[in-house]
Amino acid sequence: MTPEFEDEYRRRQRARAKVTAWILGALVVLFFAISIVRMM
Amino acid sequence: MSSPAVPITPALPAEWRDFLALTKPRVMTLVVFTALCGLLAAPAHINPILGFTAILCTAVGAGASGALNMWYEADLDAHMKRTKGRPLPAGRMDRQSALHFGVALAVGSVVLMGLAVNLLAAAILTVSILFYVLVYTVWLKRRTPQNIVIGGAAGAFPPLIGWAAATGRIELLPILLFLLIFLWTPPHFWALSLFVRTDYAAAGVPMLPVVAGIRTTRRQVFLYTLPMVGAAVAPWPLGLTGAIYGLTASLLSAWFLLLATRVGLSQETDQALMKPERALFKFSILYLFVLFGALVVDRMVFA
Repeated sequence: MTPEFEDEYRRRQRARAKVTAWILGALVVLFFAISIVRMM
Repeated sequence: MSSPAVPITPALPAEWRDFLALTKPRVMTLVVFTALCGLLAAPAHINPILGFTAILCTAVGAGASGALNMWYEADLDAHMKRTKGRPLPAGRMDRQSALHFGVALAVGSVVLMGLAVNLLAAAILTVSILFYVLVYTVWLKRRTPQNIVIGGAAGAFPPLIGWAAATGRIELLPILLFLLIFLWTPPHFWALSLFVRTDYAAAGVPMLPVVAGIRTTRRQVFLYTLPMVGAAVAPWPLGLTGAIYGLTASLLSAWFLLLATRVGLSQETDQALMKPERALFKFSILYLFVLFGALVVDRMVFA
């Protein structure tokens, strides 16, 4: 693996991890909101 | 004897944008819009959070269908100019990732719809995903020129889902909306397939212009437009909508019919010069957006 390849590999991994984290965070908020609405 | 060691270079992981591209975001816009209109036109109040969840699940379900479609059709997509830049044929993603992504989205959207909204909406969403993936993509697309006629039903489910999410039942108006999109699909796609038919022929997809010829396709575009116009206008005389929708539907449908007539009468065989087909294809997208927009306005005014 060349250093350039590894850099690109890590960059893509980081970008995917960030997007996944945002989606999971949004789902936590959504599930919380749905729970509150369903309890009302 | 041991073979010489070969260095193994791992493939680069796909970018998140490629996963997004798998969901066909442009198709999703129409799905979200028609589902939202079905939800807003329904004679029932739905909590905004649950309404948002219903539309989100419908969009994600449509994205799942798109991803599974691209997973299955990677070989076809590689042969068509319009689709060869997609993540799988372009080699930016492996097929297994696309399959896992599509299945995860499909299961997630249906489960969330069932738990948060209602079971009827979840059931229709399930049928729409299975219909698009199994009936259209796997079964019909490569076998019959009628592929988009029956497959078009998959794209017609969103207003039904929106309505079912709001009311928990199905009535005549959402069935007419289903019928409208179902009958709109053939003229819309056949107009497109007329001016990109060499692409479909190269990929071996039996689209109508490839199998039955340009003349037959033009006649079919015109013939399918007639019942489509009927389905579009019907809610007004049936008393399901008011004059705002009725007049909009009548005017737009008359224009659609005029464009379809021009396609039906055209003799042009050069794809680059097929102006009536391009005009009909472009207008057909606007037609659906404006018609559904008018429906929502109408229902809000007359409710």
